[in-house]
Amino acid sequence: MSDILLSGLKIGYLALLWIFILLAVNVIRTDLFGRRVPASELPAPEPRPVKTRNRRAERTPAAPLPGRPAPASVVPARLIVTNGPQTGMAAEVDQAGTYVVIGRSPECAIVLEDDYISTRHARVVNGDQGLYLEDMGSTNGTYVNGRRISAPTSVGTEDEIRVGRTILKLEP
Amino acid sequence: MAESVVVHRKRRNVELAMVLLAQFIGLAGYALTHINLQGRLPSNMWAVSLLWFGLGLLMHIVVRWRTPYADPLILPSVLLLNGIGLAMIHRIDLIPDPPRNDVLVQLIWTGLGMLLAVLVIAVLRDHRPLQGYTYSLFLAGLVLLLLPLVPGLGVELNGARIWIRVAGFSFQPGELAKLLLTIAFASYLVDKRNALAVVGRRFLGIGFPRPRDLLPIGVMWAVSLLVLVSQSDLGTSMLFFGLFVVMLYVSTERPGWLVIGALALGAAAFAASTLHHVQVRIDAWLHPFDNFDQNLQIISAQFGFAWGGLLGRGWGLGRPGLTPLSKSDFISAAIGEELGITGLMALIMVYALFVMRGLRIALAARDDFSKLLATGLSFVFALQVFLITGGVIRLLPMTGLTTPFMSQGGTSMIVNWMIVGLLLVISHQVRKPVATSGELSIADDSTQLISVPTTEARP
Repeated sequence: MSDILLSGLKIGYLALLWIFILLAVNVIRTDLFGRRVPASELPAPEPRPVKTRNRRAERTPAAPLPGRPAPASVVPARLIVTNGPQTGMAAEVDQAGTYVVIGRSPECAIVLEDDYISTRHARVVNGDQGLYLEDMGSTNGTYVNGRRISAPTSVGTEDEIRVGRTILKLEP
Repeated sequence: MAESVVVHRKRRNVELAMVLLAQFIGLAGYALTHINLQGRLPSNMWAVSLLWFGLGLLMHIVVRWRTPYADPLILPSVLLLNGIGLAMIHRIDLIPDPPRNDVLVQLIWTGLGMLLAVLVIAVLRDHRPLQGYTYSLFLAGLVLLLLPLVPGLGVELNGARIWIRVAGFSFQPGELAKLLLTIAFASYLVDKRNALAVVGRRFLGIGFPRPRDLLPIGVMWAVSLLVLVSQSDLGTSMLFFGLFVVMLYVSTERPGWLVIGALALGAAAFAASTLHHVQVRIDAWLHPFDNFDQNLQIISAQFGFAWGGLLGRGWGLGRPGLTPLSKSDFISAAIGEELGITGLMALIMVYALFVMRGLRIALAARDDFSKLLATGLSFVFALQVFLITGGVIRLLPMTGLTTPFMSQGGTSMIVNWMIVGLLLVISHQVRKPVATSGELSIADDSTQLISVPTTEARP
């Protein structure tokens, strides 16, 4: 076989190796931007045993909560992160008798990567009297409008909830 | 729809195309070897192609079936490295006069490795349960690491005691220990990272940990030193100590751990340099040409690189057989000779791509364990490639580690394929789209042991 053909094959082989790398880099480039899909099409993280939760909520006496009741005109539907590394992350809170947990644990509904947040930091409960926020024994506390809460506190759309370095709000 | 979420695409067809290209490159190496040496394609070209593409497609189908959201580049990069490794082992097989057939054994190991990767993908599915076995995995890893020291079981080859021989087969248990200890470190550090991140004292702007937190790193240091002294293996001890230090750094975000690790490693290296075996390695690294008989291997590898030059001699046209152990420890010298520095750099790039995708998985992961595990697995892989390739090109003292997916050796092959399976599972879990809303189901009535007073009853 001629020398020219042999060198051609040799160079062609090396070129193919580098073409593989260029293609791989292109795959990485196109992988940077994901696909946008409606949230409703996605599977929920885990099946919700709502029934038991509802039963407990019914059993719970509707004691008056400290603070003012949530205004009836604006019913908050979801809890959304408005400031912090995970801005935009949200969870539904409109189902009566359920709650949404905020924390670092992957089991939480809102998982925050924030060193100042406890594993299970706080929760927003949708009770009979509307929504209220409850600290779950966190290390650094939960703040509503700049004041650290020590008991379940009623919250509405105008309140600013702060945990660690993250700020959350309720949205209609 | 007002509310929408950005999710990762599956990209399985991209993976298929890349897998086919990667496998073709490996197969082309096999064909070119025969064209260059004998002037024709090998007689069993069809059978080999069918078998090789069949194995790759099987892996791809399993990924499509069980982990459809897995990273699209992991499988192609690994198949490229594995294919070129097999082709190079076959090429070196052809050098002695009655040609050897070591590649067949290596192909069987590759098949077994793929089978184990499939088992990991199909049986494990979710890597998070592994977090519960911290100390069992740690103990198992330590036992495996020290297994070659058992008299009658361990064997000493080429000055290092890192093999065991059971029923005629030899294994490198340190390779399996690599996988087990990475999982153990990851789950240990998830638990303890907050304590280990506490800064005791600041010096030169770097926060150093408290003295009482030094116990874990001290234990790892002692184990590495024990491995170094008793097995005379620089590579294994550096690999495990480096892995632990980097995972400590990643989990605590404290550069102080890196400083402590570097100091401890320096002290160990200084102490080890008095050992005869290590001294020989250091001499071969710094002054190889002073003692031709002793450093024949490393000298021959350097001549190989020089003879290969920029573009290499071409498949089958170099003389990699002159270097002892060119199929295992020195396979990158054989690549450098026949594919040139251009080819060797390409392969190092492919290793880098693999590591990069692993770190990308770690970045995208939502929970600490996945993050640390993916980081550890990619880093241990990167460190191993660095140590062995650096040894061959005389950047570092030569160590007896394997070149992942390329060098001859069964244990390394199957363990690395298991790592690939694990990374595919993690990347599937990480990239899989989930709605961000949801609620906690861990603390409902069914899981409650002690009746907790209702919220309103609290003061």
